[in-house]
Amino acid sequence: MMEALAFYATAALILISALGVVLCRNLVHSAMSLALSFLGVAVIYILLHAFFLFGVQVLIYVGAITVLIMFGIMLTRDVEGNLVQQTNRQHRMAAASALATFIALTYIAFQSHFNVTNATPGDSVVGIGVAFISRYVVPFEVASLVLLVALVGAIVIARDKEVD
Amino acid sequence: MFEIGLSHYLVLSAALFCIGAYGALARRNAVGVLMCFELMLNAVNINLVAFSRYVAQAVDPNLFAGHVFAALVITVAAAETSIGLALIINIYRNRDRINVDEIDLMKW
Repeated sequence: MMEALAFYATAALILISALGVVLCRNLVHSAMSLALSFLGVAVIYILLHAFFLFGVQVLIYVGAITVLIMFGIMLTRDVEGNLVQQTNRQHRMAAASALATFIALTYIAFQSHFNVTNATPGDSVVGIGVAFISRYVVPFEVASLVLLVALVGAIVIARDKEVD
Repeated sequence: MFEIGLSHYLVLSAALFCIGAYGALARRNAVGVLMCFELMLNAVNINLVAFSRYVAQAVDPNLFAGHVFAALVITVAAAETSIGLALIINIYRNRDRINVDEIDLMKW
C-alpha cells in the first residue's frame, strides 16, 4: 500500500516534470524541470532496490548533467527571446507518432508474459562491484576509454580557434 | 492496482520515453533536443532496472546485469551530453544560431 502510494506519486512527478521539459518556452525552466524529473527517477531506483544506481543518478544526472546543460544554455543564450516559436513545423506529426509509440509499447507490455518474482534481491552494491571486475571487466575498461575520449574531444571541439 | 509490479514500471518508462521522443522531434532549440535525449535514456534505464528486479533476479537473486547495463548507459549519456554541448557551442560561435531547423548546411 505504501509502496503503491510512493510509486504513483513519483510517477506523477516524473511525467509532469518531463512534460515541463518538453513544453516550457523558457529553456532555464526546462532545465529545472529536467533536474526534478531526474530526482523522480532516482526515487524509482530506490523502489526497485537499486541503491547504487540511486547514488549514481543523484551524483551524475542531478549534479553534473543538469549543471552542464545550464552552462550550455547560458553560453548560447540571447539567440532568441521567449516569444520565438519553440517547436518546428512537424510538431503535430511528432505528437501523433509519440502517442502511437506509447500505445504500441503499452499493448506489447500487457500482451507479453514474464516469469515475475517479487523476492527481495541481494546487495546491489556488492553485486555490481563483483560483476564489474569479473564478467563485465572489458565493458568497464571500454567505458573508461569512452569517457577519456569524450573529455578530450569536448575540449578540442569547444576550444576557441583564435586563442592558440 | 495496489500491488506494484513489472507492468507499472514498463508503462511509466514507455510514457517517459514517448514524452522525450516528442520533444526530440519537435523542439527547435538544440539544447532542448539534448535534454529530451536525456529523458529517453532515463526511460531506458528504468526499463533495464525493472527487468533486472522482476525477471532476471527470479533466476538468480545475485544477478545484476541490468544494473551494470544501466551504469554503462549513464556513462555513455554523460559523454554524449558533453560532446553534444561542445558541438552546439561551436555551431553557435560559427553561425550565431542553434535552432536545429535552421542548421541545414549539410542537408541535401
